[in-house]
Amino acid sequence: MNQVATTEPSSGAEQFLTFVLGGEEYGVTILQVQGIQGWDRCTPIPNTPEYILGVINLRGAIVPIVDLRRRFGMPAAEFGPTTVVIVVRVATERSERTLGLVVDAVSEVCNVNAEERQPAPDFGAGINTDFVKGLATVDKRMVILLDIDRLVSEGLLGEISVH
Amino acid sequence: MTLDLTQFHDAFFEESFEALDSMEAALLKLDLGAPDSELINTIFRVAHSIKGGSATFGFTEIASFTHSLETLLDELRSNKLQVTSPTLDLLLKSVDAMRDMLRAVQTKTPIDSQRVADLQFDAEQILAHRNAAPAESAAGAPAAAPAVAAASALAAAPAVASAPPARHWKISFRPYPELFARGNDPLRMLRELNELGTLEVETSFDSLPSFGKLNTENCYLSWNLDLTGEVAEAAIREVFDWADGDCDLDVVEVTTAAAPAVDSDIVNYDLIAEFDAMIAADAAPKYAPVVVAASPAPTNGSATAGAAEIAVLDDPVMPSPPSAGAEPARSRTAAEPSMAADGKTPKSEASAASGIGDSGSIRVSVEKIDELMNTVGELVITQSMLSQLGKNLEGPSSEQFRLGLAELERNMRELQESVMRVRMLPISFVFSRFPRMVRDLAQRLGKEVNLILNGEHTELDKTVLEKIGDPLVHLVRNSVDHGIEMPDVRKANGKPSFGTLRLDASHRGGNICVEVGDDGGGLNPAKILSKARSRGLVGPNDVLTDAQACELIFVPGFSTAETTTDISGRGVGLDVVRRNVKELGGTIEVRNELGKGARFVITLPLTLAIVDGQSISVGKQNYIVPLISIIESLQIKQGALNRVAGQGEVFSFRGDFVPVIRLHEIFGVEPRTHELHKGLIVIVEGDGRRVGLFVDDLLGQQQVVIKSLETNYGHIDGVSGATILGDGSVALILDLPGIIRRAGAGVRAN
Repeated sequence: MNQVATTEPSSGAEQFLTFVLGGEEYGVTILQVQGIQGWDRCTPIPNTPEYILGVINLRGAIVPIVDLRRRFGMPAAEFGPTTVVIVVRVATERSERTLGLVVDAVSEVCNVNAEERQPAPDFGAGINTDFVKGLATVDKRMVILLDIDRLVSEGLLGEISVH
Repeated sequence: MTLDLTQFHDAFFEESFEALDSMEAALLKLDLGAPDSELINTIFRVAHSIKGGSATFGFTEIASFTHSLETLLDELRSNKLQVTSPTLDLLLKSVDAMRDMLRAVQTKTPIDSQRVADLQFDAEQILAHRNAAPAESAAGAPAAAPAVAAASALAAAPAVASAPPARHWKISFRPYPELFARGNDPLRMLRELNELGTLEVETSFDSLPSFGKLNTENCYLSWNLDLTGEVAEAAIREVFDWADGDCDLDVVEVTTAAAPAVDSDIVNYDLIAEFDAMIAADAAPKYAPVVVAASPAPTNGSATAGAAEIAVLDDPVMPSPPSAGAEPARSRTAAEPSMAADGKTPKSEASAASGIGDSGSIRVSVEKIDELMNTVGELVITQSMLSQLGKNLEGPSSEQFRLGLAELERNMRELQESVMRVRMLPISFVFSRFPRMVRDLAQRLGKEVNLILNGEHTELDKTVLEKIGDPLVHLVRNSVDHGIEMPDVRKANGKPSFGTLRLDASHRGGNICVEVGDDGGGLNPAKILSKARSRGLVGPNDVLTDAQACELIFVPGFSTAETTTDISGRGVGLDVVRRNVKELGGTIEVRNELGKGARFVITLPLTLAIVDGQSISVGKQNYIVPLISIIESLQIKQGALNRVAGQGEVFSFRGDFVPVIRLHEIFGVEPRTHELHKGLIVIVEGDGRRVGLFVDDLLGQQQVVIKSLETNYGHIDGVSGATILGDGSVALILDLPGIIRRAGAGVRAN
C-alpha cells in the first residue's frame, strides 16, 4: 500500500479526513472512510488486546472497534462528547474488513498535493513508524498520514493470531 | 399481433426444472404394486405442463418426448399398466433426459436425440409388453388387492384394441367461446390428430354470429372429426387435454366388423368412467344418455354411489367394483365435486396431500435478503429509541403514543423473525437428491442399500447449504461404492443383505453436524498404513494409531485411482472433500470400525444460521448459549461444592461429578457475585463432556441469527459468533467446546 502513495499522479491531490488524537493531527484517505458516528457502548470481546474495545452492530455487520490512542501506546483518555468512531474499510491479504477507530475528535477533510507530502522520517528504533504513510503540511499544521491497511494487516491481526 | 415468447423462456425453464424435481421425488415415493394415484397425478401433471409449455415455445423435441411419456403415464394413471421396477427406471431416466433436453435448449446446444429416441423406444416397448401379457401383471402382484385385478382385466381391452386393423373414431369437438383466452389453439390440436392417423375434418359454423356481433377473441367454430388409424382412445383424448374444461368433447368409436364386440364394450366402459366424473362434477345432463346407452349397470354403480361407499372404494381389502379400481382418482372427484370444477383430478388437493408439486415460491437474490435483514435491524434500533423517548413523554396523547409504540414493537419483532427465516433453508434441499442417487448407484453395483435420512429439517444458511452438496455427494458415493459390501459378502459376515446408509444432520454446539455413516466393511487401517508407507507418505518406522491411519485417507497424495480397488476403495478424492469443508471453515473426521462400517462427520460453522439461544448475564455482559447444548440450569446449595486437588471445583449432578467453569474467569469480566450459590449453574454439554457454567443470571430465550466475527475480526476462542439483539446491541454466542478447552486445567481435574 505504500506504493499507492508514491505512484499517485503528482498533479492529483488526495483527500484526507483528519482527526485529533492526543493533540496530534492524523489523516486517513477519505476513500477508505465509510462513515463517522458518535461513540456508543460496545460489546467487549474476551481475550483480546486492550486496544480492541469490542464490537458494535453497524447496519447488521459485526464491526470491531479499535481505540487508536491505546493502539499507539498513548495514555487513555475519558470519552467525551467529541469522541467519535471513524468507520474505515481496509484491505487485507484475504479480504476487505470494516473496523471502527475511536479518536478524540474529527477535524476536517483536506486536500493534500503530492508536493505537500513527505515520507515519514526515521526516528530510529525507539518509535514505530510502520503505520505512517507520510507527513503532510496543511495550513501550516503537520498532519500524520496513516496507512490503515498496514495497521490492520500487520498490527491488529498479527496480535490476534498470537492468542 | 406478434408476441415475443422468449421473454417467458426463463420462467418456463425454472418452473420446468422445479417441476422435474417434484416429479422425481414423486417417482421415488411410488410404491411398486400399489401406487398412490395422487402421486401418479402429480407426475402426470408435470409431464403435461412441460409438454404444453415446450409446444408453446416451439421446443418440439421436448414436446414430442413428453408426449410419448405422457402416453405411458396415462396408462399408469388409469391403472392399465402396473408400476414395475423397469417402468420406474424408465421414468426416472426420462426425468434425466428431460432435464438435459431443457438444459440443452436453454444453453442452445444440440439435444442428444439418440438418447431421447432410445427412451422413447423403451417406453413403447413397455406399452407393447403390457398389451401382450396383461394376465402376468395381475399374477405378479397378488397382494395388490382386487382393484389391481380389476385393472388388469380392463387392460385386456386396449390390448386387443390397439392391435391392427385400424380403428375408426368419431370425434365431436365443440370448444367453448373462451377457448382462445386459455391459450389453446384448435388448429394445433387438429394437426396433432392428423399425425395419429387419417383425419377428416368437418367444421361447423352453426354458432357463428353475424359479423356485427362477432367478438374476434371468441371461438365460434366446432368440429366433427373422423379419425382412422391404430389409435387408442387415450391418445386422442390427450390431444385435447389442454382444452379440458374449455370444450365439449365426445370420442366414440365406430365399431367395425374387425373389432370384437367385447372390445368396444370395455372401451366404452372406460369412457363411462370418465363421463361419470364429468357428470359428478358439473352434472351436465347431456351426457347421461350416452352413458346409459353404453353400459347401464356399472354406471349406476359408481355414479350413484354415496360418499360413504366411495370412501370404501379406495380400501384395497374391500372387493370394489371394477370402475372404482380403474379410476380411483375419479371416484374421489365424485366425492368432492367442488374440487373438480374442471372435471379432472383435484389438483390442489393432490399436491397438498403429497407435499409436492406447486410450491408457490419466488426466487429472490440472497443479497436482497441481506439488505432487507440489515434494514430491519436498523429499524429495530430506531424503534427501541422511540420507545425510550415514549416512556418519558407526557401530555394528553402520550398514552396513545405509547400504545402505538407497543404495537410497533410487536410488529417489528414479527417482521424481524420472518426476515430471518427467509434466508434459512432446511438441509432437505441437499438431502433430497440422495434417494435417487443411492438407488441408481446401488442398482448399478448390484447392492442393496437402505437410505435413512435424519434431521432433514435442520435449517442452515443458504450459502452453506449450496456448498456442502458436493462434499456430501462424494461421501455418499464412496459409502455405497466402497463401504457397503455386496449382498452375499454381507450375508457371509452375518449382516443383513441390505446395507444401511445414514445421513444425519443436527445443530450441535453452535455448529452444524452432518454425518454420513454406513454399516459396511469400514476402513482397514493396516492396509491404509501399508499403502501410505509404499507411497512415502509415512516413514517406515513411524507408528500410527488406527485413528491416525484412517486420517491418512484425507491426505492429497493418498488418493489415486489404483488405491481405490486395493483399500476398500476409500480415498477417492477425499482430500478434495476435506478441502471443500475447510473452505467453509469446517472440519471432517472419520470414525471407523473395521468390519462394522465407517462414519464421516462433517462439522460446519453456522455463518448465518439461526440458533435457539438462552441469554445469560455475567456482570454487565450478556451472552448467548445455544439452547441445544443446555441440559439444565440450577442453583446449588452452599457447601455442595467439592474441590479436587484444592482447585478444581466439582459438584454432584444426578450422581455425576461435574466440573464448574466460571465464565467470568474465562472471559475476564467482573461478575455480580463470586459465590456460586448466589449465581446460577448452567449444565451444558460440549465435545461430549458436561460442565457447569457459572453465570450471574439467566435472561430470556430467543432465536438469534449468528453473525460471523471473522468477517471483520478473527476467531476468538470460546466464541462461535455474535448476534444482534433486539435493542441493536451485540451479544457474543458461546462456543462451549472452545470454552471447555480453554478451561482445560479445571476440567482435567475431573
